[in-house]
Amino acid sequence: MPVLLEATLKSAVLLFVLLTGFAYLTLMERKVLARLQARIGPNRAGPMGLLQPLADGLKLIFKESVTPAGVDKPMYFMAPVLVVVPALILFAVIPIGQGPTFQLASDINVGALYVVGVMGVAVYGITLAGWASNNKYAALGGLRASAQVISYELGMGLSIVAVVLMASSASLADIVEAQMPGNILGWFIFRQPVAAAIFAITAMAELARAPFDLVEAEQELTAGFMTEYSGMKFALFFMGEYVKMIAVSALFATFFLGGWSGPFVDQVPILSVVYFTIKVIACLLLMIWTRATLPRMRYDRLMSFGWKVLTPVAIANVIVTALLIVLGVPGYK
Amino acid sequence: MGLKDVLTRIPVGFATVFKTVLRKPVTIQYPEQQKPMSARFRGRHQLKRYEDGLERCIGCALCAAACPADAIYVEAGENTNEERYSPGERYAKTYEINMLRCIFCGYCEDACPTNAIVLEPIEFPTGYTRESMIYTKEMLLESPPINVPATPQRTPPGKYDRAILPFPPIDESQ
Repeated sequence: MPVLLEATLKSAVLLFVLLTGFAYLTLMERKVLARLQARIGPNRAGPMGLLQPLADGLKLIFKESVTPAGVDKPMYFMAPVLVVVPALILFAVIPIGQGPTFQLASDINVGALYVVGVMGVAVYGITLAGWASNNKYAALGGLRASAQVISYELGMGLSIVAVVLMASSASLADIVEAQMPGNILGWFIFRQPVAAAIFAITAMAELARAPFDLVEAEQELTAGFMTEYSGMKFALFFMGEYVKMIAVSALFATFFLGGWSGPFVDQVPILSVVYFTIKVIACLLLMIWTRATLPRMRYDRLMSFGWKVLTPVAIANVIVTALLIVLGVPGYK
Repeated sequence: MGLKDVLTRIPVGFATVFKTVLRKPVTIQYPEQQKPMSARFRGRHQLKRYEDGLERCIGCALCAAACPADAIYVEAGENTNEERYSPGERYAKTYEINMLRCIFCGYCEDACPTNAIVLEPIEFPTGYTRESMIYTKEMLLESPPINVPATPQRTPPGKYDRAILPFPPIDESQ
């Protein structure tokens, strides 16, 4: 079964890269955030603090794993897994480079739908963690998470609809191909700026990152849904959040920044992976920059922003895009 | 916040944060790098000397009596002209301060009749064990001035009969 073997090998490599990437993303975030705040950041463990993720991991492994009294045990233990797994399997459909070598299943024709579905599943983990912890802060965090993700998923889905309309395909490989008429202006960020902006904002809300981190707002909810989790269970939530950060950045790069496209990819296919990585890192830096800049939103404003601004604008954007495509405006088919 | 604010003020915020990247970090890498202390900072104690290298401390233990934290232990010894540590009859044979008990109030400074003990802006006591936080006389005593011998000194008889020199007469004209 060579197909199965190939898929297994690719998955193994992808998992390794993602988990290493997650570890170093935490370091990068701490470093970049520190520089944005005129600090230095971790620099004690190893040269330039490069062994910091290892130190953090070891520390978390050796922490006592506390299970509080009164938790709903099956749910309590399942929740971290439910957060990590969707974040990881999102990558199945993302084309990481040119050609089938660098793609796992990116040619499936419902790729965009799969993305929206899997991102929606991830919120179950957070909600269940909040519910099963038997803790009021956790419950509030879980409630906020479900409300927030449902509200913002709508805008995100609609912004993806615009992209799918432009590419006239829901396969992520086709979406990348559709952004390659030979110049940078083919990228959907230039042809679909509204959808790109909405996707960027809603993605950050889906990740529950600043300025949308009401789910784990320290000042109000201690650690939100993660309050009762410690040791490796906490590490899994952390991993889920950061892998999802990478996943969402990869999706933004795929949908709006031309995916793996770039000069000379036809001659040197490995360059496509490099371009993709650069684009993903750029998105990650933007996310960290945003976290350093914007304060947390108020809960009612978060809701009204999602429902009264993002959703209507996204719907209008879909209608306008569809009209432009039907009318055959240049740049829109 | 209206649309105008979103489009004008939020980019300003992003730019402000970005400008910080170009700034030098304000962090001080503590053990290797230390912030200069104010010249008047009352940090660790130092036992002072006269210009001729003799110790100011005469072992009177007034500092130990004044210490509200009971952190100072003084044991006096006898000076001779052959082995002289300080002017007068006695000197501090043992002088220990338990830095874990000290509250850095400076009462010892006030109590000292010879201004021998002074809180100085020098490196602050740190350590890993309780024993290492008990500072002995060798650690507290300042080094003698350049080209001046350390104590004990051999001194001519009659020169250092008094432990505390009488105050010079106050000049009323000033």
